[in-house]
Amino acid sequence: MEETTTHTAPAVDLRAERARCERLVALALEAARAGGADAAEASASVDRGLSVTVRLGEVETIEFHRDQGIGIAVYVGRRKASASTADLREASVRAAVEAALAIARHTGEDACAGLADPDRLARDWPELDLHHPWGLDAEGAIALARACEDAARAVDRRIENSEGATVTTHDGTTVYGNTHGFLGGYETSRHSVSCAVVAREGEAMERDYWWTVARDPAELEPAEAVGRRAGERAARRLGGRKLATRECPVAFAAEVATGLIGHFLGAIRGGRLYRRASFLLDRLGEAVFPAWMAIREDPHIPKALGSAPFDAEGVATRARDLVSDGVLRGYVLDTYSACRLGMETTGNAGGVHNVLVAPSLEGGLESLLAEMGEGLLVTELMGHGVNYVTGDYSRGAAGYWVEGGRIAYPVHEITIAGNLARMFRDIVAVADDVDRRGRVRTGAILVGRMTVAGD
Amino acid sequence: MSETTHESVQAPSPSTPPAADPLQLARELILAPGGLAEPELERALGTLLGHAVDGGDLYFQLSRSESWIFEDGRVKEGSHHVEQGVGVRAIAGERTGFAYSDEIVLPALLEASRAARAIARSGGAGRVQVWQARGGHDLYRPIDPLETLGVEDKVRLLERVDAEARRQDPRVSEVIVTLAGVHEVVLVAASDGTLAADVRPLVRLNVTVIVEDKGRREQGTAGGGGRFGYGWFLEQDRALGFAREAVRQALVSLEAGEAPAGEMTVVLGPGWPGVLLHEAVGHGLEGDFNRKGTSAFTGRIGERVASPLCTVVDDGTLPGRRGSLGIDDEGTPTRRTVLIEDGILRGYMQDRLNARLMGMAPTGNGRRESYAHQPMPRMTNTFMLAGPHDPEEIIRSVDRGLYAVNFGGGQVDITSGKFVFSASEAYLIEGGRITRPVKGATLIGSGPEVLARVSMVGSDLRLDEGVGTCGKDGQSVPVGVGQPTLRVDGLTVGGTQA
Repeated sequence: MEETTTHTAPAVDLRAERARCERLVALALEAARAGGADAAEASASVDRGLSVTVRLGEVETIEFHRDQGIGIAVYVGRRKASASTADLREASVRAAVEAALAIARHTGEDACAGLADPDRLARDWPELDLHHPWGLDAEGAIALARACEDAARAVDRRIENSEGATVTTHDGTTVYGNTHGFLGGYETSRHSVSCAVVAREGEAMERDYWWTVARDPAELEPAEAVGRRAGERAARRLGGRKLATRECPVAFAAEVATGLIGHFLGAIRGGRLYRRASFLLDRLGEAVFPAWMAIREDPHIPKALGSAPFDAEGVATRARDLVSDGVLRGYVLDTYSACRLGMETTGNAGGVHNVLVAPSLEGGLESLLAEMGEGLLVTELMGHGVNYVTGDYSRGAAGYWVEGGRIAYPVHEITIAGNLARMFRDIVAVADDVDRRGRVRTGAILVGRMTVAGD
Repeated sequence: MSETTHESVQAPSPSTPPAADPLQLARELILAPGGLAEPELERALGTLLGHAVDGGDLYFQLSRSESWIFEDGRVKEGSHHVEQGVGVRAIAGERTGFAYSDEIVLPALLEASRAARAIARSGGAGRVQVWQARGGHDLYRPIDPLETLGVEDKVRLLERVDAEARRQDPRVSEVIVTLAGVHEVVLVAASDGTLAADVRPLVRLNVTVIVEDKGRREQGTAGGGGRFGYGWFLEQDRALGFAREAVRQALVSLEAGEAPAGEMTVVLGPGWPGVLLHEAVGHGLEGDFNRKGTSAFTGRIGERVASPLCTVVDDGTLPGRRGSLGIDDEGTPTRRTVLIEDGILRGYMQDRLNARLMGMAPTGNGRRESYAHQPMPRMTNTFMLAGPHDPEEIIRSVDRGLYAVNFGGGQVDITSGKFVFSASEAYLIEGGRITRPVKGATLIGSGPEVLARVSMVGSDLRLDEGVGTCGKDGQSVPVGVGQPTLRVDGLTVGGTQA
């Protein structure tokens, strides 16, 4: 029984908010200069949103979000300090600048501390079509969440319980400016539908979930499809067994393969490289993957979740090869780490943009499993057992044992282990079932051999 | 019980002025600047309440934090962060409406209250119960830890820790030291008349080192902290101890061979390895999962879930501990909750919503990351009480197995009960003796089964050093863990050596 009155997130005029953010950034930069900073940079943002969860057909939560903040970095000579506040009143912004200036008296000279090179700042930038407000009210969100969860519960009679379906919609504005005269901002949106349900058989319970996320609500998967997928995944896990300890090929389903590529990106991040804390240290120009592999970064894909016209230092972003012919072609650097390495920024202050792994195989996961023949398909990974210094990898896993290229039975309570440097070289195929729900876009990945620990 | 010997963390200086009343402090720091006092809180709560709303609360928060990073022999960066706001919650049955504002003034408060009320039909005006102010506590003092050490002294502390790490061994190539502090003031006003406040200091020091030898590189990390001022690090050589410990771990890793793969007997060291309990049973005993029936422990109170040697508690009342709280984020005083007693499941950890819906009492475990997040049942300090066995006897009892003493994080699937935790320092046990170090590996098991396999419990209960952070539904809160040395007869070790 629903008697929820229609409510949308508190109205926020994002154009006005962007103008306010621009004023505050300018104010912060001016205050920093007036207070003795030789250079300064600031970033302000305002975000609003709505999140609704329906569980077992009933509304569980309605949340209205409104987040804002400003972050300021000051450079006094080559000393850096920063401050941030979630309070955007002018006096609070000034207080934050003063706090940063006070800290800068105590930090050490660092020859690499400073703003991005003015030549690298974005002058004009492409319209990336990143802002598509949904205009969804609480009632509409409830209806979608309910449709999603209903579909999940209808999949199988063993779907007995639910953690609910959640619909979220967010949009906001971000502005960055620095004392080289850069001032830029843009609006983005992000909407999602997700569902998690529990399947039961006897004493055993298994939970699984599915979700869709997009900047444009028109690009979301239908809510019912998300629900069905969640229900199928949960039911399919029932009857899981442990495996005997062995070595075998391991296929990473697309939704976990993104994490594997994420480990590669983590290992070529400037911060790890200049601290000599990466297993891919000094490997630029060398073969890191098999010769057929290619990984590109493209920050300018319209509507994509990882798209950005400029990075968190105002540096123009551009498409480039991270890996071609299996050879490592570029690192992930911001101005500071690039300086420490004697290199140039790659426009990755704030992280990577869209990273695309080229598929090697048509026919989706099915043909990848056919290629594998016998081995482990991993659909879920647990824990943080990744050592970036050595590349040693050991994580909890669940998924399916595959025989004759087909799923034979679900498996759980096992670990997979190896060394990332060897795992990357040992990649056999990348499927074309590309997961587009994050910054890393890849299909399922087959690794030739890993240690699986079980009984 | 021996665990008390490790709970004796005290605020550094005994000669301090009498503690200010947290409620008075919160009124002055949070409410007064925006012209708010009890009448305005009543008005906001009145807006929230209607005949379909059972209750609601306002959570005001003001936090100021700083961090100092020392690297390459200098203070590389310092930062300062201010956060403030109010979260408003309306509850109707199992439903929650939630909104928040980062402006603590009446119009914003009323707007958030109206939005939160969207959960129920708009109704008549409700009435707030008579305010019942909640008193203070003596778990920690209402200090601003950022002011407990001058900036020059903070920098000197960082320099000394860096120098101590570097002087341990010429193979140390990188040292990163982080010093961080938070001064947080919270005030809870609820429609049942709860009016409570808390001033929560929290400090932390972390050391990470990279060592390099003949082309092999390894990392070590150590640290500690709690709810007191920075002076704690200067006492008993603690800060320099963390530096030596980080280097020791990294050097051990340089010698480590491949870790074994498969099921075997595992001996877990005391202290931080208690992350086992946090993952294997802690999360599964949080009230929300049990009310919804999605936990592997659902409906099992009174049943045997562990060997009779195991008694596990969650205790938010340990003085100075990182996971301790005078009141939780709903204004309920924290307490010691017995989760498992002599192997029998005794209780869940509850916030108010889940306690009410399950017909149980709140346990002071309603916690939230900030005003912009809803409270839910969360752990505080979760640990197993000491047992009868001499730790050395436990090692001697194992013919072949793994001795794991340091861990990274862990994770659990509440519903299936499967959990992992990742060892970062481990050794092989062969013939009852610790022989050689092996690389880190993830351990996986089943929460409802693993404690039934605990065959020996050491007398050496230790709590962790105070750096743990727990994540749930995207919300992070500081927590503590602990345990004595444990022998587990069968856990799957995820090494590479099949």
